[in-house]
Amino acid sequence: MRIDPAGVLLGGFGLAAGLALPLVTVAPNRLVSGQGVSLWAVGQRLGPQLEQVTGQDAWVADVSSTALALALALVVTSLLMLSLIAFWRKAAMGPDGMTVALGVALIPALLLLAGRYALHISQNESTLSRTALGSGFWVMVLVVWLAVSNALQRLRAGWALGAGVRAVIAGCVLAALALGWCDQLSLMREFANHADTLGAAVLRHVQIVVLTLLPALCIGLPLGWMVNRSTRLRQWLLPPLNVIQTIPSIALFGLLMVPLAWAAQAWPGLAAMGVSGIGLAPAVVALTLYSLLPVVRGTQAGLAQVPGAVLDAARGMGMGSAQMFWHAQLPLAAPVILAGIRTATIQTVGLAAVAALVGAGGLGAIMFDGLFGSAQDLVLLGVLPIVGLAVLLDLGFEVLNRLAHVRTGGTV
Amino acid sequence: MIRFEHICKSYKGARVVDDLNLHIARGELLVLIGASGSGKSTILKMINRLEPHDSGRILFDGREIQSFKPRDLRLRMGYAIQSVGLFPHWTVARNIATVPNLLGWPAAKIGKRVDALLTLFELAPAQYRTRLPHQLSGGQQQRVGVARALAADPDVLLMDEPFGALDPVTRAALQQALKRIHRQSGKTIVLVTHDIDEALLLATRVVLIDQGRVVQQATPLDLLSRPANATVEEFVGRSDIGIKWLSLQSAVDRARAQPTSPGLTLAAQASLREAVSIMALHHVDRINVLDTSGQHAGVLYAADVFAPQGTPGG
Repeated sequence: MRIDPAGVLLGGFGLAAGLALPLVTVAPNRLVSGQGVSLWAVGQRLGPQLEQVTGQDAWVADVSSTALALALALVVTSLLMLSLIAFWRKAAMGPDGMTVALGVALIPALLLLAGRYALHISQNESTLSRTALGSGFWVMVLVVWLAVSNALQRLRAGWALGAGVRAVIAGCVLAALALGWCDQLSLMREFANHADTLGAAVLRHVQIVVLTLLPALCIGLPLGWMVNRSTRLRQWLLPPLNVIQTIPSIALFGLLMVPLAWAAQAWPGLAAMGVSGIGLAPAVVALTLYSLLPVVRGTQAGLAQVPGAVLDAARGMGMGSAQMFWHAQLPLAAPVILAGIRTATIQTVGLAAVAALVGAGGLGAIMFDGLFGSAQDLVLLGVLPIVGLAVLLDLGFEVLNRLAHVRTGGTV
Repeated sequence: MIRFEHICKSYKGARVVDDLNLHIARGELLVLIGASGSGKSTILKMINRLEPHDSGRILFDGREIQSFKPRDLRLRMGYAIQSVGLFPHWTVARNIATVPNLLGWPAAKIGKRVDALLTLFELAPAQYRTRLPHQLSGGQQQRVGVARALAADPDVLLMDEPFGALDPVTRAALQQALKRIHRQSGKTIVLVTHDIDEALLLATRVVLIDQGRVVQQATPLDLLSRPANATVEEFVGRSDIGIKWLSLQSAVDRARAQPTSPGLTLAAQASLREAVSIMALHHVDRINVLDTSGQHAGVLYAADVFAPQGTPGG
């Protein structure tokens, strides 16, 4: 019998988190920190409810109560099984397939349980009381996610299957949220309170990212090409770009406020275009500066690794500079250039949150509202879409990357 | 076909090519040989203007090469290098079709040409057309590289140590292939190498380059039998110069027209070197010789090989 050590470790962690850490915390209002409630206690409290819920007539209640019952059973059994599964070699689906299946069921089930408990609290205690997702929930979700990834890797699942499994998990979670089964969770109540501003904040965030990447690419790609041709330029240009990366983002935003405010005053045309010391302008300028290094470096490294023999042969056969660039240099450098743009994009999505401090808005504004008001779930409401955005964009780049590699015939 | 007239080139103050005069006739397989740093690659690259020259004239087809656009000049000359330089993201077929595509040939003609070249280099078209370079062995990649250089039926084929990176067996096979193609097509080929055996095997004329100058130009046989000076002797390999000389001559040519004598028989098309080797190994002084069709052609006597009239220097 071969044991999968990673599986044992993750199963153990999951079980320990389920037993020892609170699944949710309950607080009398949104500003006080709450009391932890363990998975066990949640089960004890919700168990007797099952019969009452089944009595209701609306079909939603039926579905949700069935789902609840299933979720309860699932959470308990699958946590147990996940921890044992690594030892279990002769299961019909194989232990790794089983882990994936359990993982897909477990994450939505945990969420459903927490949501149900929140509903129970709001019905039986004060409507001001807040039920928030506890450390146990987050640790279990993380552990299950890792266990699923580990199992997919052991199964040598293709990239498409891996993405599919993750999409199913995300889809189930989103469906549970959309159906309103978690509406009484603190996070969703914050969502309801900020629903009008959240959409605008996401749009604003995307706007900052796009406005940053456009100039970063327009400047960075040609700069990378030039840097690759001239060692002198490389020695002059890359150190300042490196230094920019080391400036803390808040400091850079602050540093840019003064010159931009001055520029807007000196040239009214700029001010008319919306440039000022605060808001979008310093944010986009700073983020563009941060993005230049990965884009320039990626472009330079990509072009530099194009085999010299290919270019030598191409020139010898009569290709002109432009033909060599489009037929050989660009397609062969594409994967590395793409990696640079990917880094710049993901970095910008994250750093754009900080730009809220200079009044640029975006999801960072919601996050800082939560931080300054010590409302943890409001912080989450700002951060989770940022993470989601980053994951989505990363996924998009992964697809592009695969396409670029297929074209070069290299191994991924 | 190609004529160098008083060509000089310096690189960072050092003379790389020094007053070079050289004429390459149509249909020759001319081998430029020399130690590394002798300037032989530079001379080759001057022909298709990858390396500019400082002074003198290079004529191609009677016209000075400066009067051509580099692109037009290169499209008329095939170019194959040691590191091959296939486009890694293109299939074998598209790689071979590079120059025909640049010349704007119709697709049907290109397809036919690619298949013909693959067949010429013993790569089954159906099997290899759609492969990517990384799916080929080193020898196969070099075959495709040479096929690519020949694709648009160029007037001249320039080859810079094309077989340098291959194992001895693959190298020998490709050398034979090149020899065959040269014989069949009658193309002018200029090949750079530092391997004297490759030069002696392939060349119709060998040009030995040292410090950017021509030390000697001669047929392989003449180079061995009449080395111009000590540098040539040194380069050719003083101790086994006679053995190399033997290897360039056919056993049939020295055989006496006699009926079969009892004893050993040499394989068809064997060289004198093989004959001497077998006679030494088996302690005999004569051996039966076959002609190219495998018929008995005569008897070779050891005494005739070492007779005064045909020896090196004689």
